[in-house]
Amino acid sequence: MRQRLVVVGNGMAPGRALDRLFEEAPDAYDVTIFNAEPRVNYDRIMLSPVLSGEKSFDQIIIHGDRWYVEHGVTLYKGCKVERIDRAARTVTATGDIVEPYDKLIIATGSLPIIIPVPGNNLAGVITYRDLDDVEAMLLAAKSRGNAVVIGGGLLGLEAAAGLKERGMDVTVVHLMPTLMERQLDPAAGHLLQKAVEARGIRVITKANTKAILGNKKVEAVLLDDGTTIPAELVIMAVGIRANGALAKEAGLAVNRGIVVDDTMRTSDPDIFALGECAEAHGQCYGLVAPLYDMANVVAAQLAGSAEARFTPSVTATKLKVTGIKLFSAGDFAEAKDREEIVLRDASRGLYRRVVLKDNRLIGVVMYGDTGDGPWFLDLLKRGVDVAEMRETLIFGQSYQGGIPLDPSAAVAALPDDAEICGCNGVCKGKITGAIAGLGLKSLDDVRSHTKASASCGSCTGLVEQLLKAQLGDAYNPAAVQPMCPCTDLGHDDVRRLIVAKEIKSIPELMQSLEWKTSCGCAKCRPALNYYLLASWPGEYRDDSQSRFINERAHANIQKDGTYSVVPRMFGGLTNAKELRAIADVVEKFSIPTVKVTGGQRIDMLGVRKEDLPAVWADLTAAGMVSGHAYAKGLRTVKTCVGSEWCRFGTQDSTGLGVKIEKFMWGSWTPAKVKMAVSGCPRNCAEATCKDVGVICVESGYDIHFAGAAGLDIKGTEVLGHVETEDEAVETIAALVQLYREQGRYLERIYKWAKRVGVETIRQQIMQDGERRRALRDRFVYSQQFAQIDPWAERARGKDAREFAPLSDLTRAEAAE
Amino acid sequence: MKRHDGDWLEVGSIDDIPVRGARVVKSPFGCIAVFRTAADEVFAIDDKCPHKGGPLSQGIVHGQSVTCPLHNWVISLATGAAQGADSGQVRTVPVELVGGMVMLRLDAMAGHVRRPNATPAVRPAEA
Repeated sequence: MRQRLVVVGNGMAPGRALDRLFEEAPDAYDVTIFNAEPRVNYDRIMLSPVLSGEKSFDQIIIHGDRWYVEHGVTLYKGCKVERIDRAARTVTATGDIVEPYDKLIIATGSLPIIIPVPGNNLAGVITYRDLDDVEAMLLAAKSRGNAVVIGGGLLGLEAAAGLKERGMDVTVVHLMPTLMERQLDPAAGHLLQKAVEARGIRVITKANTKAILGNKKVEAVLLDDGTTIPAELVIMAVGIRANGALAKEAGLAVNRGIVVDDTMRTSDPDIFALGECAEAHGQCYGLVAPLYDMANVVAAQLAGSAEARFTPSVTATKLKVTGIKLFSAGDFAEAKDREEIVLRDASRGLYRRVVLKDNRLIGVVMYGDTGDGPWFLDLLKRGVDVAEMRETLIFGQSYQGGIPLDPSAAVAALPDDAEICGCNGVCKGKITGAIAGLGLKSLDDVRSHTKASASCGSCTGLVEQLLKAQLGDAYNPAAVQPMCPCTDLGHDDVRRLIVAKEIKSIPELMQSLEWKTSCGCAKCRPALNYYLLASWPGEYRDDSQSRFINERAHANIQKDGTYSVVPRMFGGLTNAKELRAIADVVEKFSIPTVKVTGGQRIDMLGVRKEDLPAVWADLTAAGMVSGHAYAKGLRTVKTCVGSEWCRFGTQDSTGLGVKIEKFMWGSWTPAKVKMAVSGCPRNCAEATCKDVGVICVESGYDIHFAGAAGLDIKGTEVLGHVETEDEAVETIAALVQLYREQGRYLERIYKWAKRVGVETIRQQIMQDGERRRALRDRFVYSQQFAQIDPWAERARGKDAREFAPLSDLTRAEAAE
Repeated sequence: MKRHDGDWLEVGSIDDIPVRGARVVKSPFGCIAVFRTAADEVFAIDDKCPHKGGPLSQGIVHGQSVTCPLHNWVISLATGAAQGADSGQVRTVPVELVGGMVMLRLDAMAGHVRRPNATPAVRPAEA
């Protein structure tokens, strides 16, 4: 008969233990899991990317519902175990569920430490442990108000970066003089603080929190020195303590954590404890690597391998904040019998320090470039005598032996037992063995078969290099999504090569970049046409056969093959002359439908293609130009009436909208661009869901961007505040030009911003005046070739054959 | 429009069709899309996508295929068959180049299209 295994807790450690157990002894146990959280097993390390918006919850699930079904596991979601009855060998959970066990695993994790100050129970004070906390933070971040993070350790900084990314004003208060003092030395802590501050996050060190102020809801944080920091959200991230309460009540030995021996057994041999709640060798653990080691031991013991033992090993720490690279491992405190080697390069923001004892590495701290981290960690773990390479040790692996190696050669040179994935304890030999033995071809293959790079993902680059070293050209990294099946190059590579190789036509590009098809496809050709046009304004000859029909015909194709025509109405303004001309055209060409668009203009639908040039001739005669309603380019600038008429208007929003549209119409962009200008924060022009929006205020203009109101709905991000109309126009032109230069074809502004980072864009446009003006100047230069009304040209006869049939046999037959 | 031997019909010069483009020939049997590829090959097919009737003449031409402007179906110019995961068939029209002039044969097409029109001819027998 199968034994009954009950697991209390559904975190990463027990999840891993079960994975291993099912591999080693698939039929030995009937498994029941109690999860106090109402969900499946997910990757807690990846909560920070969920908070910052880089990942969604679905992307961090380790075991989906299917896994539980496939392995016959009973999972109680949102069900907390309240008691363990060791005599009866049962657990009792919420709702009086009683479950008997033969073996029990306690994996109750840890609890966040709540500092004992007045006000720590106010609404708006939250911790950072699980998805519920992240959801509470995301909700609070919608206010874009002030947040204070108490604690400048790993979790606190990740929370701060995530909240900042979500638009909050963030202050980190930290008790110690430098950030992450447990993992970093003061110098690296200082560099880290500067990098954090450069993101617009305020850091106060040596700050002791005295009280959290507020009436029911948190309003501010008061420090010892009397400083008050306003806050609508306070994140408590000062540390964790093992959660041993359940075990203690059951009479098990509990110290700082639940005491376990080398086999991970508690003082009751049928009960195991693992994860953050367990205390092994007198120590509790919080990083994932030792917890997974524990999981492997528990699985082996349950499967009958009595010799499996847990031995703690050195693990490395990495911060998961995009753009900040740091790495630390081992012991790096100063002491008499230790020596240290330090490398600093302030201009590159580089810092490295290795600590040696008896010619052996015992600690390493790296900031800026952490590529050599695994190599140092390997030297440290194996206790290699480094006397021979002492002179060049600090420069990293590529300097050993004199010849700088390329990155994949450096990885290839690692010994087989070098650890690649710290989270999952996967060494190089296991990965290369799996690639060869199982015929793995992709990063995902390696992740699912070896777990390497499957947790925090910071070793992804190394795993990819192993794949590349082993498979050679057969490895096609999924990281670079090819533009289309005609090439292996991604959009960014193509753009870069167009400029670097001065490629100025599509045939030249296909030749030079070794396109696999004779003349591309409907996916790549419009993209290439745009990239060439944007790279070489005035030089590149537009290839109309590489444009979608709408841009070739300068009208929008409809389901029946007729077209719709939308003339431009700058800022949504029109007049009697224009309206009369539109009315006349509608009657003259029997246009069946006339409709007001969402962008404040008029759409004439159902125009026959042959009639288009004549329709345009009449509209052009009344002074109208193309509205580019069909273009990957500037569409509309929607406005409200502003200070000219509205009693709430603070600025002339209509006038500014007209000015922007007159300046920017005709420009081609990676995808369509819709703008709006609202005259006051009541925002009647709905500027905060546009690609670019302006909200006028008494003191000037708030420039917004990266909104969406289509397939996705997303409020804008604030780019910055300017005081004059001219500055507003310059800022918007620079933003659009940056998008024109960096955006991938068909990638809307909000997706581009998400890819490159809102903060990066903000810095280039708002903080770097020189760069902003250079961008604006490039935009102005390209406009002289773009602001030519395509309708007027075609009304005068350009591209006439586009609109006429090759021949009309119906008439010919009639004539006969 | 000159008639030629047999049922070949001259519809215009290849130079009147843009390279990697198409022109429309209006015929009593509906519109025909006449394509010119990058290699100066000429193809003629029904100007109607098998999916939702989109005008294929308005699509982007690549290799010996065209991508429909309405929903991006890719149609082979040589066989008229939908490519990839889609399935459907457009009628092809026999075409020849004679001294740079594009010649179409509409009789095959007439047979197809006139079938519905042919029913009245059957009707007297019923009556």
